[in-house]
Amino acid sequence: MRIRSLNLALTYALLIAVALLFVLPLLWMVCVSLKPPAEVLQPNFLPTAPTLTGYREIARSAQFDFLLYARNTLIILVLSLVGVLLSSSIAAYGFARVPFPGRGLMFAVCLATMMIPFPVIMVPTYMLFKYLGWIGTLRPLWVPAWFGSAFNIFLLRQFFLGIPKELEESAMLDGCTRWGCFWRIMLPLSRPALAVVALFHCLAVWNDLIGPLIYLTHQDQFTLALGLQFLQSKSGDTPWNQLMAASTLVVAPVLLLFFMAQRTFIQGIATTGLKG
Amino acid sequence: MKQAHFGTTGGRALFSGLLWTAPWWLGFLLFLALPMGISLYISFCDYPLLQPPVYVGTANYQALTHDPVFHKVLLNTLVYAALAIPLGTIVAVLLAALLNQRVRGQGLFRTCIFVPTVVPLVGIALVWLWMLNPEYGLINGAVRLVGPVLDGANNAIALLTGHRLTWLGELAAGPKWLALPGWAMTALVLISLWGVGSPVVIYLAGLQEIPEELYEAAMLDGASAPRRFWHVTLPGLSPVILFNVIVGLIGTWQIFALPYVLMRGEQGPQRSTYFYTMYLYDNAFRYLKMGYASAMAWVQLFIILALTAAVFLASRRAVYYRGT
Repeated sequence: MRIRSLNLALTYALLIAVALLFVLPLLWMVCVSLKPPAEVLQPNFLPTAPTLTGYREIARSAQFDFLLYARNTLIILVLSLVGVLLSSSIAAYGFARVPFPGRGLMFAVCLATMMIPFPVIMVPTYMLFKYLGWIGTLRPLWVPAWFGSAFNIFLLRQFFLGIPKELEESAMLDGCTRWGCFWRIMLPLSRPALAVVALFHCLAVWNDLIGPLIYLTHQDQFTLALGLQFLQSKSGDTPWNQLMAASTLVVAPVLLLFFMAQRTFIQGIATTGLKG
Repeated sequence: MKQAHFGTTGGRALFSGLLWTAPWWLGFLLFLALPMGISLYISFCDYPLLQPPVYVGTANYQALTHDPVFHKVLLNTLVYAALAIPLGTIVAVLLAALLNQRVRGQGLFRTCIFVPTVVPLVGIALVWLWMLNPEYGLINGAVRLVGPVLDGANNAIALLTGHRLTWLGELAAGPKWLALPGWAMTALVLISLWGVGSPVVIYLAGLQEIPEELYEAAMLDGASAPRRFWHVTLPGLSPVILFNVIVGLIGTWQIFALPYVLMRGEQGPQRSTYFYTMYLYDNAFRYLKMGYASAMAWVQLFIILALTAAVFLASRRAVYYRGT
């Protein structure tokens, strides 16, 4: 009995230590952002007199236009999110439910493309967008989303396969078209899977650095991630409480989204990892 | 009836199938096959972007073999992968086992581990930059607290073996993390461990799939907790470990944002944190050597495919699939 309670105490101690270690950088970020400028270099963890000076200063700074960057990020997010949900689910339905010669081979190719890392096609894709005259616009960051993504197609196809065929068969006997089956039966039933796709997509867009870095040329098109990197690369004269305030502003929406949809996130990762 | 119309129904099936899957194959042709074709051609060209490409045969690939910077980034990326993947796997499996304990507040603990993985890398790189500041950073603050203990340990080692460990001495004094080659790489690997949350979630799900009876049988046979972990948990998790190692492999070969932000777009002390994708990026968009960058991209693809195949082959004996 004593060994068991000792074991339990040890488990708790370990868990608390590890959990603290993982959230410490984020806590520190918020703490430094709330410090008055004079206190930034002091070793105390908590600010003695929390102030929003850092946030006020960074909002006024010409180096980091939070509202403009947020607007750009949201434009890309909304345009690409609609595209990725529509195109991936249509293609996934085709792979799951519409039998046609060569489907297996096509799906295998689709899966294989997941292996190709972005850096490999970075240069030619840039050349393609340059040829189209899209460099320096937001288009390279959202138009490709309208052509499905292999990973999302795979995820949705697996989900569609788990929905009983009888639902559609009886609907089709009643004169429902394929498109009607997809739009009125499959999509409403697939809300959980669509939520996973949407969440991961939001994260990927919000956090993407290399895409905006390559395709965007003017500061007034910058996304939040690129704007933050830009600010940091010139951070010689920006005080740390302001830099941390900027980081907090970029990180906070993601954390908010995460806490609102934690269950979906974790289930999404677990299923893709196990069935993939 | 069906027999007679086979051609037309088959044709119609193909047409409707192609229509449904059009988003994928159009995107595949336009944004993957076409760029890759162009890339393959360009990799055999001298192409400074502003002038038209000129065919130069295998000159780019030959130049790669003589390029000391290319060798350096190749080595750096390999070293990083060789440190970050095994260490990340061990930490993730242990954390998953720990988080699988039935305790109060289990959900909260899991959230804490997972939160860092959703945070934008750029934002968090800034925080690490400040945490690793040699004078004011939290890390060296903590190191200085235990500094005397580390110095004591080093003295004891000196007494026993006759010489002091240089790295331990440096650590005890609080190293200039991002300004020294070895320490910069160490810092990057440690930061990568902080993002171990998503493999942990996958391992946690994998742990649920291991049948309870196996543990009960092992207990009846008198197996201790470490033996149960070694003989039941690890084999049960091995397919998931394989999956995560391969995902990690593909990911480490793309490492870009974290070192790019930490080093302000530069190459780090003595190019010690200059990685494959960063050099590819610089060649393409800084030096405008598109042909050379394309050759690098193809070499990268083949390295990743070869390493993945090697991991698959090497794992054939070690991975245990239930039901086969």
